[in-house]
Amino acid sequence: MHRVPQSTAVRRRLIATLAVAGSIVLTTACGSDVGTAGAADGDAAKAGGTLTFAVGSYAGCVDPQQVGSNDTIYALRQIVDSLTDQDPATGKVVPWLAERWEVSPDARTFTFHLRPGATFSDGTPVDAQAVKDTFDAAPKLGAKAVLAIGYLSGYTGTRVVDDLTAEVSFKQPNAQFLQATSTFSLGLVSSASARKTADQRCTEGIVGSGPFKLEGYKANQSITLARRTGYNWGSSLWRKPGEAYLDKVVFTIVPEAGVRTGSLQSGQVDAIGSVGLADESALQGGGNVDLRARANPGVVFNLGLNNSRPLLRDLAVRQAIQAAINRQEIVNATFPTGSKPATSVLAHTTPLYTDLSAQLAFDPGKAVSLLEAAGWRLGADGIRAKDGTRLSLEVDWFANAATNRPTLELIQQQLKAVGVEIRLRELPIAQITQIQQSGDFDALWGNITRADPDILRSSYSTALANTYRLDPGKLDTVLDEQAATTDTTKRQALVSQAQQLIVENAYVIPVVELTTELGVAQRVHDLDFEASSRIQLHDTWKS
Amino acid sequence: MRRYLAGRLGQAVAVLWAAYTVSFLVLDLLPGDPVSAMAAGGLDQAAIEPAQIEALRREYGFDQPILVQYLNYLGRAVRGDFGNSVATGRPVTSTLADALPYTLQLTAAALVLAVVLGGAVALYATYTAHRWLRQLLMSLPSLGVSLPTFWIGLMLVQLLSFRLRLLPAFGNEGAASLILPAVTLAVPTGAMLAQLLAKSLLTTLDEPYVQTARAKGAGRTRVHLRHALRNAALPAFTMAGILVGNLMAGSVVVETVFSRNGVGRETVSAVTVQDIPVVQGVIVFGASTFVLANLAVDLIYPLLDPRIVVAAAQQRSTG
Repeated sequence: MHRVPQSTAVRRRLIATLAVAGSIVLTTACGSDVGTAGAADGDAAKAGGTLTFAVGSYAGCVDPQQVGSNDTIYALRQIVDSLTDQDPATGKVVPWLAERWEVSPDARTFTFHLRPGATFSDGTPVDAQAVKDTFDAAPKLGAKAVLAIGYLSGYTGTRVVDDLTAEVSFKQPNAQFLQATSTFSLGLVSSASARKTADQRCTEGIVGSGPFKLEGYKANQSITLARRTGYNWGSSLWRKPGEAYLDKVVFTIVPEAGVRTGSLQSGQVDAIGSVGLADESALQGGGNVDLRARANPGVVFNLGLNNSRPLLRDLAVRQAIQAAINRQEIVNATFPTGSKPATSVLAHTTPLYTDLSAQLAFDPGKAVSLLEAAGWRLGADGIRAKDGTRLSLEVDWFANAATNRPTLELIQQQLKAVGVEIRLRELPIAQITQIQQSGDFDALWGNITRADPDILRSSYSTALANTYRLDPGKLDTVLDEQAATTDTTKRQALVSQAQQLIVENAYVIPVVELTTELGVAQRVHDLDFEASSRIQLHDTWKS
Repeated sequence: MRRYLAGRLGQAVAVLWAAYTVSFLVLDLLPGDPVSAMAAGGLDQAAIEPAQIEALRREYGFDQPILVQYLNYLGRAVRGDFGNSVATGRPVTSTLADALPYTLQLTAAALVLAVVLGGAVALYATYTAHRWLRQLLMSLPSLGVSLPTFWIGLMLVQLLSFRLRLLPAFGNEGAASLILPAVTLAVPTGAMLAQLLAKSLLTTLDEPYVQTARAKGAGRTRVHLRHALRNAALPAFTMAGILVGNLMAGSVVVETVFSRNGVGRETVSAVTVQDIPVVQGVIVFGASTFVLANLAVDLIYPLLDPRIVVAAAQQRSTG
């Protein structure tokens, strides 16, 4: 009998599915009339009902501290509360479970004063001991808790001062920690949950104090949340006091983009995530769906140059690449409507962001003169060369966003126009860490979502991972100082200086802001983005 | 007969071992490992400390020499223990056991549809006296075989779910959610079956014994169904193993398009994050199903057609 080599057949078909599905949807579902946007906010908000939200993937874990994928965070964000919240409009950190807090002048000690009366869904109180247990357990969770571990880097312990006062200490200044307490990754879990192993937390879930609790989940199918009755300790940003409006929220896993958009239009779901440019025309056709977009804060999509490579040690080459990229063209061609070209290494939704658009302007003339002045002459093949070396770079990328390939192909064309060759190499996601550690790359394509400018330090300080192999220098000092500064005005000056240094020296080439786009049925109201461009469902209601 | 049986069983075990070993080697040769895949998480590329990664590699045994890893895995696999999924921490066996009923439902429904529809097309195509109808029917199977499964699936969803709103587009709750996926999966399988059966029927209808039956006065329908079909169905029956393999491969696509849980979806998630224990489990499961289906065919076939055992015996004595 003939044995079919199954795994290869399986993979080939899968790749084909993913590649072709998108284009089919475009051709079969094409609407013409554009619906009017904007929910009827005049209606009185109504409690009750079930919200069905279709997302593309399932992370296989229901512990918010061990999940990094947006699709799963959307659900798990709702089951935990955080010590603080962050205002998406201003970036300001505001009270949630903590009524107030003090930060020591050296930014090493953070004292949180909890509001009384909050409880976890197992009935135990949200107290200083729970804060200690949550933070003590997080660093031991392993590779999947990479976000929480990063936020707690240098953690020396939490002192239970009294029932409602917890004092968190670090061995080095850690100004970013205050914002980190507003994230889902450091959401508080009950002491019993904190005692579980990482795997148990993934499969059994954790007990939080959020406005919803985890009612159940089915692998590859759905995550179901139920309203927490008696909830009365919401974030100071929320409009509705007390319990959430919705009885239930069902996150359904629908991997095919075309099926998600069709399900939203035909009313089978109330909202969908991961809307791409290709899905927009189909969704705008029916007139019953709103598109909502917000740029993710943090480091924008960029070409992360390896500054130790001989070609890239040349400042003129790096600056020329920066000037030769037409960011607006990339945004128009491949990103969802409303996306913005990079105007700094940080996205404009990041607190303490500085607008450096003048330095990131598209200027091919400048690119050419920089390269000419540095001795790079056009060769017969249209690529510049100097002393027998061609100006050719390899860009590594991973299939973790649908926009990656078309964007990079466009950059390839734009750079070719000034005589720089880009070779694209797609790598499996499992290889990201290995490549970053080995330094075996010319440039890496990627972004990082984080609503605190300290992400610049974790990404570019030579004292830390130093993925991009920068030489130690001024930037290190500035980044360390901002991490030790609690005064916002002073920190703003330092963070601006850091952004300026990175852009001036073109250590990495900022290209475009990642924008999260959701499709929401018009019967759904007040489905809001929080500061990290994920969603908050406490205030959401259906008419 | 006993020697025949032992030989077949020995072959089955060898195939399972080979599938396990080759897949292990291929997975090991892939760059990267599941621990890094896990750390890479969502969209972001935040760097993780090398020490953390090393600790996890040790925990899962990925730091050991490949031969040691292989023998460890194989030793446990023989006892039915495929370890825990790296991504979810759940045992591989229970992960697959939870997904299996959904895939069985889907493939069983698709198989029934494929046999009924494929059989009907083949029978009617060879039976009808209208030339144009015969040609139309005979061209359907090649069309069905060449259309990509995901395309059929998306078209059916567009029409029956999004436009006409008759059936749900996703999920595996209730019988209604089974209809579209089962039809989608049945199309290529049924088409393959129809192709084979039609060809075999045409050959059989030219056999002298059919002529004899006709000469003795049997009606067209009786000749077609009682005399020709019985013999023509035998080659189609030998295809059962391949059909099962096809259905399993097809379930990967169909479960993804229709957002159903099942072994196919588990395979996709496991392959994406290089969750080696789960991938290995899926491969052994797939190979076992395939081997069992073929073994069953091999064992039942001599009962239907005694010439097989005779031929095998003759081969042994001469070779």
